[in-house]
Amino acid sequence: MSETRNIRVTVNGVVRDEQVEVRLTLADFLRQKLGLTGTHLGCEHGVCGACTVLYDGRSARACLMLAVQAHGHEVTTIESLAESAERLHPLQEAFSDNHGLQCGFCTPGILMTLIELLRDTPDPREEEVRVALSGNLCRCTGYQGIVASALDAAKRMRAGTPR
Amino acid sequence: MSGRVLGQSVRRREDAGLLLGKGRFVDDIRLPGMLEAAFVRSPHAHAAIERIERSAALALRGVHAIFTLADLLPHLVTERLVVGLPSKSYKQDRNRPALAYDEVVHVGEPIAIVVAENRYIAEDAAALVEVDFEPLPAVADCRAALESDAPRVHRNAPHNLLAEFAMAYGDVDRAFAGAPHVFRESLKQHRGGSHSIECRGAVAVHDVLEDRLTLWSSTQMPHAAHRLLCDMLGRDENRVRVIAPDLGGGFGPKLVFYPEDVVTALAAMLLGRPVKWIEDRREHFVATTQERDQYWDVEIAVDREARILGIRGNLIHDHGAYTARGVNLPHNAAETVPLQYEVPAYRMNVQVALTSKVPVSPVRGAGHPQGTFVIERLLDRVARELGLDRAEVRRRNLIPASSMPYTTQLKARGGMPVVLDSGDYPACQAEILERAGWADFPGRQQAARAEGRYVGIGFANYCKGTGRGPFESATVRIAPSGKVHVYSGAAAMGQGTRTMLAQVVAEQLGGAVENVTVTVSDSAAVPMGLGGSNSRQTVLAGSSAHLAAVAVRKKALKIASHLLEADESELEVERDRVRVRSTHDRSVTLGQIARSVAGTAGYALPPGVTPGLEATENLVIDDMAHANGAAVVEVEVDIETGHVKILRFVGLHDCGRILNPMLVEGQVLGGTAHGIGNALYEWMGYDENAQPVTTNYGEYLLVTATEMPHVENYYRESPSPLNPLGVKGVGECGVVPVAAAVASAVEDALSPFGVRITQAPIFPAQLVALIEEARARGQKNT
Repeated sequence: MSETRNIRVTVNGVVRDEQVEVRLTLADFLRQKLGLTGTHLGCEHGVCGACTVLYDGRSARACLMLAVQAHGHEVTTIESLAESAERLHPLQEAFSDNHGLQCGFCTPGILMTLIELLRDTPDPREEEVRVALSGNLCRCTGYQGIVASALDAAKRMRAGTPR
Repeated sequence: MSGRVLGQSVRRREDAGLLLGKGRFVDDIRLPGMLEAAFVRSPHAHAAIERIERSAALALRGVHAIFTLADLLPHLVTERLVVGLPSKSYKQDRNRPALAYDEVVHVGEPIAIVVAENRYIAEDAAALVEVDFEPLPAVADCRAALESDAPRVHRNAPHNLLAEFAMAYGDVDRAFAGAPHVFRESLKQHRGGSHSIECRGAVAVHDVLEDRLTLWSSTQMPHAAHRLLCDMLGRDENRVRVIAPDLGGGFGPKLVFYPEDVVTALAAMLLGRPVKWIEDRREHFVATTQERDQYWDVEIAVDREARILGIRGNLIHDHGAYTARGVNLPHNAAETVPLQYEVPAYRMNVQVALTSKVPVSPVRGAGHPQGTFVIERLLDRVARELGLDRAEVRRRNLIPASSMPYTTQLKARGGMPVVLDSGDYPACQAEILERAGWADFPGRQQAARAEGRYVGIGFANYCKGTGRGPFESATVRIAPSGKVHVYSGAAAMGQGTRTMLAQVVAEQLGGAVENVTVTVSDSAAVPMGLGGSNSRQTVLAGSSAHLAAVAVRKKALKIASHLLEADESELEVERDRVRVRSTHDRSVTLGQIARSVAGTAGYALPPGVTPGLEATENLVIDDMAHANGAAVVEVEVDIETGHVKILRFVGLHDCGRILNPMLVEGQVLGGTAHGIGNALYEWMGYDENAQPVTTNYGEYLLVTATEMPHVENYYRESPSPLNPLGVKGVGECGVVPVAAAVASAVEDALSPFGVRITQAPIFPAQLVALIEEARARGQKNT
């Protein structure tokens, strides 16, 4: 049996105190301990980007981090984006309007990548969107709908109140 | 053609949950008391299993059980997964066992299941299971596998030939004997993977109270999985339920029923606890089916005007170590070669070879990209040899629209003649060439060359049978709540199947898509179904749902005419009600209509109507709806590094009537990206001992957003006469012409060197070598 530690992590603004095995990945911590199954695992070696979350505001691969590394830090996941099931984030709305997703498995990671991009670069060029997305694999869309969604979302977010 | 909701880019009902992170993929299912599994797999491409020692693994805290085939046999009616499609061409039966017993025949073959408190412990324990292997010789190359002295993939087999058949018509030898021109090519297309971003997975639970086994599997074919579980476990149909939850992509390999499905289910029964198994990506590389390795030696005979007289040759198809699906892939590939051109005589000798590699199944395109690559490479060769424009050669040979429907001399795998149902191939070609500026390209190419840049343009037509029959089920029911419920044996795997079915049904029943619920991918909710494959769901499930909705509408109007005391011809369905067209103020809701035929004890139904407001249709369509189209690609090749950059990509697709333009575009774009991967990046490497050498995404390259060009797509809509909606399938269309078009473009870019492209993918290092070879040839000749 693996050693355990007590950790305190702020996840989506809520402080969570949990005892975890030291080898538990951050992704499994979110999915299994906290039931936040929106963070997906596609490759578990840091390439596909489906598990992307924000770690102290910066995108990170939850499959390549251990839960214990998040002790004392803030983690933001896909579940935090929408105000409610009825009021989606403009990025989520843009994805639905521009067919930015098909199977939806890579989508949470892509949305978290784009949340970071659009926060830092509110008016990105298409090339910048593509570079930002180059760490996320999608097999369904050919990326074109995703890029269109991101550019549309940027427009919506600039027009609306910043979140 | 546009209807109330058909033909509209209706937003997908699948989206909201997925965007919120509230999807339910198989790994999101967590049941009370659930255990987690890992598989012990073969590290050898071929070996005898001498002994399996599990005491060290069992001693690990948190390990519940380790099962080998010997442990499972008492509980299995048959230990083989009988999945091969019927064919008279088989020379041997190679359905795979639930777990390897005394021999492993590919790296990744499962040998034992380890069930533990969680996956971490299960994987620790799997590493502690000691298997004594006696390595045996393996064979990686399907051509070498057919040599008489080749190592046998299965040690007791007489040879490695799994199946052999010829696809032939006309007097091909005579056609060649008198031909003014004969050109020969040796071509290769390489295998890759499907690489759905979600790997496979299974969760099983045995409910002792009801003696019901439930399996959630990431499968494209829940009904096939249901049947196989019943067959293998000897259970009645109503004691097994298979559900496919949200699928994180399918792309073909998830249509296969896998050993892990049945073993996970059986482990749950034996342990009396729910068991989950989730494939990791490394396993996906060695245990999930792959496709496309084919070697072709082909000849084309043409007359002086470049009209095809005949095509003949040999195809060797890599089947992998077991039968996961059958001989459908080489069949599709051989059928594709002459499909859309007038080819008077044809003979393709097909050999299907076992190799010591993971089994092969359809991957998006299913043999059609290979066949297209072959015919389009041959036609480029004809154009070059005869000094003609590549498009002109094709124009002279395409089947004209005036011949539609065109009965080819080919036979589908079920023996039915292949009939091209509709389309205008020459017009399609003319349109894409116009849109892509084909005629202007030589000027642009010259200008680029003056700057030292090697740009080229390539082009490929395609034609693909879609909507493989015989049927798909659909039931439409209006409930007393007023909701319209649709049930189908179709399987949702990410394409928007639910949205499609809701649109089709809403079109007949008031136009309110949001009032329609859709239930698919559940063997308990739908008794009969085939599921997702062959670009079939809109064609077959859509058509059945359409007919069922028409029937329900008819009945609803009949009942409403009693309730409203108005003639049926005066009534219309508008959103949630039926109303009198002229006045609009006299109406009855769909819910009230449903209630009136739900029955009240002791009271008669309205005269002349049967109970309930529902209809089931299983429309049988054996012939396939043939989609067609083309791709034009412009590339730039860096002759120093061999890097190929796609400058422009134009697609044109005729997939019949379009029900949802947004969804169709999405399908085509995804397929196109997959094709670009096959053309330039995706290489599933094996060494000479059939040991896979690309088992992560550093070694196996998927297309990312930065390689992917902006794709311009155009559409034509030639309705199929084969189904009431006039639709053709589109799920695989995007992928089919891409490798052929890219090869043509790269060859064109490098025409100053005379480089010939005979295989895909096309890699930088290979291109550099080809350029160097061509330069050396050139120097020798001068």
